[in-house]
Amino acid sequence: MIGKPDKHPDFSRRGVLGLGAGLVSVALLPLPAFAAEDDMRAAQVKLFGDRPINVGRVNLKVPPIAENGYSVPVSINVDSPMTSGDYVKRIAIFSPRNPVSHIADFELGPRSGKAEVSTRVRLGGSQILNVIAEMSDGSLWSGTAEITVTLAACIIM
Amino acid sequence: MASIRLSVPSKAASGDVIELKALIQYPMESGYRRGSRGEAIARDIITKFECTYDGEVIFKASFGPGVAANPFLSFHTVATKTGTITFKWTHQHGEVWSDSAEIIVT
Repeated sequence: MIGKPDKHPDFSRRGVLGLGAGLVSVALLPLPAFAAEDDMRAAQVKLFGDRPINVGRVNLKVPPIAENGYSVPVSINVDSPMTSGDYVKRIAIFSPRNPVSHIADFELGPRSGKAEVSTRVRLGGSQILNVIAEMSDGSLWSGTAEITVTLAACIIM
Repeated sequence: MASIRLSVPSKAASGDVIELKALIQYPMESGYRRGSRGEAIARDIITKFECTYDGEVIFKASFGPGVAANPFLSFHTVATKTGTITFKWTHQHGEVWSDSAEIIVT
């Protein structure tokens, strides 16, 4: 037992250095900067369930630069014939950066004639706004728009 | 207290797709702001909107705190018959404001 006290196999120089390097790289990993991205997904699942979302058919018109995040005009247009057999049922706006991801949703029907809605929203910073449309057949479609916000809502208060 | 502004065409041909616009003056306090003494300002928003055309619901909206103050909406409907288009806002605590406009369809 008292034979060789000199070297402990677990604490070789190389091993310790490697461990140190590993810790440094863990510390350098960014904090979850887009925690709200998960919140956005959760809000989408809450509203539409965990169904696949196709990309397309939803067009967003927003100013590329919003000087004031307190009121940003958003215009949504969904590609749909809006007939009694094929229409847009619901449109919802989500933000990956606001404290509450679900901004608003709208319920339409074949009587709408045109799947086009405009409103004004608050944005807590530059972000990619996400809009999901649910069609009468239950399929989900999404569109995005990138907005640079100069003066964010929620921050300077 | 809430003042309402509507834009509804006074006349339309049957089958036309018309644009309806509605704005209600309301601060839509998000609940994330703080007052001058650092106290939290409670959320105070309108959460529901509904538009009916001759009694039939044609458009509904629900708002979160991310909707800007003085919520504005623009949407469309098919002009079917002469009648009343009513716009109704409901506050988070149940208070209701509404206004309506007449449309003549030929």
